[in-house]
Amino acid sequence: MSNQIKSIKLWFRNQLTADFSVLPVGISLLFLSIIFQTLNHRFLSGENLANLISQNVPLALIATGSVLMLLIGEIDLSVGVVSGLCASVVITLNVTKGWSPLSSIAIGLVIGALIGLSNGFFVTKFGLPSFVVTLAGLLTWQGVQFSVLHSSGTINLPDGFISSLMSTYLSKNLGYLFALVALALYALSILNNFRKRKKANLKARSIQASILKFTVLAVIILGLVRLLNASRGVSAAMVFLLIVVTLIDYVTRRTKFGRNIFAIGGNLEAASRVGINVKRIKISVFILGALLASLGGIFASSRLLAVSTQSGGSDLLLNAIAAAVIGGTSLFGGRGSVWAAILGALVVGFISNGMDLMSFDSETKLIVTGLVLLAAVSIDSVLRSKYRKRG
Amino acid sequence: MSVGKTVLELEDVNKTFGAVNALTGIRLSVLAGEVVALVGDNGAGKSTLVKIAAGVIPPDGGKIHFDGEVVDFRGPMDATKAGVAVIYQDLALCDNLSVTANLFLGREIQNRVASPLNEEAMESKVLELLSELNVGQIKDIDIKVGSLSGGQRQTIAIARSLIGQPKVVLLDEPTAALGVAQKVEVLKLIRRLADRGIGVVVISHNISEVLEVSDRVVVLRLGKVVANFETKNITSDDVVAAITGSKSFS
Repeated sequence: MSNQIKSIKLWFRNQLTADFSVLPVGISLLFLSIIFQTLNHRFLSGENLANLISQNVPLALIATGSVLMLLIGEIDLSVGVVSGLCASVVITLNVTKGWSPLSSIAIGLVIGALIGLSNGFFVTKFGLPSFVVTLAGLLTWQGVQFSVLHSSGTINLPDGFISSLMSTYLSKNLGYLFALVALALYALSILNNFRKRKKANLKARSIQASILKFTVLAVIILGLVRLLNASRGVSAAMVFLLIVVTLIDYVTRRTKFGRNIFAIGGNLEAASRVGINVKRIKISVFILGALLASLGGIFASSRLLAVSTQSGGSDLLLNAIAAAVIGGTSLFGGRGSVWAAILGALVVGFISNGMDLMSFDSETKLIVTGLVLLAAVSIDSVLRSKYRKRG
Repeated sequence: MSVGKTVLELEDVNKTFGAVNALTGIRLSVLAGEVVALVGDNGAGKSTLVKIAAGVIPPDGGKIHFDGEVVDFRGPMDATKAGVAVIYQDLALCDNLSVTANLFLGREIQNRVASPLNEEAMESKVLELLSELNVGQIKDIDIKVGSLSGGQRQTIAIARSLIGQPKVVLLDEPTAALGVAQKVEVLKLIRRLADRGIGVVVISHNISEVLEVSDRVVVLRLGKVVANFETKNITSDDVVAAITGSKSFS
């Protein structure tokens, strides 16, 4: 028995320091849940959770893009504005010009991709710091957004495909089905890993840890679906987010492209010396980041049923970066995980939502969010240095 | 292991940077299975010579023979493909990646193109390679390379150079930053490289190490080869004298 405990302890320690670990931010989330639930027992109700998720799907999408940028050691300060600009274009085309929703969305995404391409171009071709390039972008695209919305200032979104993006919910059964399928796939991937390692005669990873991870995940997912089903149900937007993040996480951790991203963030010189095409990968990541920001903007306007000059502004940019960093992404590159970014976005969302429930004003919210960001990063840093293995 | 044929030969290689003659009329050959130490004072041209051999910069004159054929390296990737591996002083390791990831950096194993990484195949190969090289100190290959000691990082860098099955390995000051025990381990590893039939070139400032690990010592002075010793025939005084030019050996 003590061997089992030892191996779980070792896994725990590894998780605290591993790059892909969601454990630190997961613990913060648990902590916040307990605090807010104690202060107001509507916090973890199905109704409030559905609200919370809905409020933060856009942020989560944008934060995912921010993580990718930070991983290669760059930053995109224009993500907020790009999300607002894309939404403005999409809704102007769809509502004012009467284009079909899909073609409007397609154009919006193309514009996002082009902005990402231009960021990547200026950074790689001229060697400009991304901080400056995207700062210039922030100002420029803000202006373009205003001019796209010029006469109206605000465009309301009537019922239609775009408004349905954030208002579509799965039936109770479908919600459970989705959860079960997700868990089944996760279990399969764990088993597949064990099989592959056994076949290659490699030492198996801790079975107990995998079982523990799976159990915790199953409890949380099924519990969440149950709570949500008591209210509006699982939102299609959340399903979309989870699928996107799963795909991107897979790409970053299991493909050569993803490995190269981490290499570039870890040691740019080393990466280019082994023949990694740094320029191409950086440009790809800039495009991907801008696309995610654009998607976030479309979902945000779907939720608010409008787009305005305020879209994409205020603290969206900072929240996206805060979410990424709270989720354990290093500002220096090479370390982080997209799943952790989602949890980081939830932390930001929890604070905002939890304090709304307790009727705190926005000044307090800002102060608390700032302090939590500081605390999260400090704790993360302390844990890593304490448990970092010395060879 | 007895030495074999010539794997690398520089024939009358010249290199000029503006008004400076960095290298003049360099003649150097390296046989398979031998360790050649390249020594010289600062500015003698050692780094330039290594960069030319590694394809990083082209020579202005002369020829490079690799494995019996004349080659024209257009860039470091050409040299790597041909079978020349270089380990620079900064090691070029990614601290945020595991030992396995570093060893296969840039040449990850995939089942097919654009398919996921075959982690198991890479891990197996790493374990195999480390055991072949008799590297006992690195037990956990999932550990991030940033957590390893200087000697272990040097070992990983050397092991990485072997993944591409090179015929020539060039090491720039491999023991410069290491402690005593670590230096010993790395020198042993360098010897094992040669035992595998690889032609090894080591740049070093440390004369006693040079005499310990090499079969031959080539001395550069002001861009020219001023001495080509067989290690067993010389003392450290001879080497120092050649480096400073106080004695002529040609």
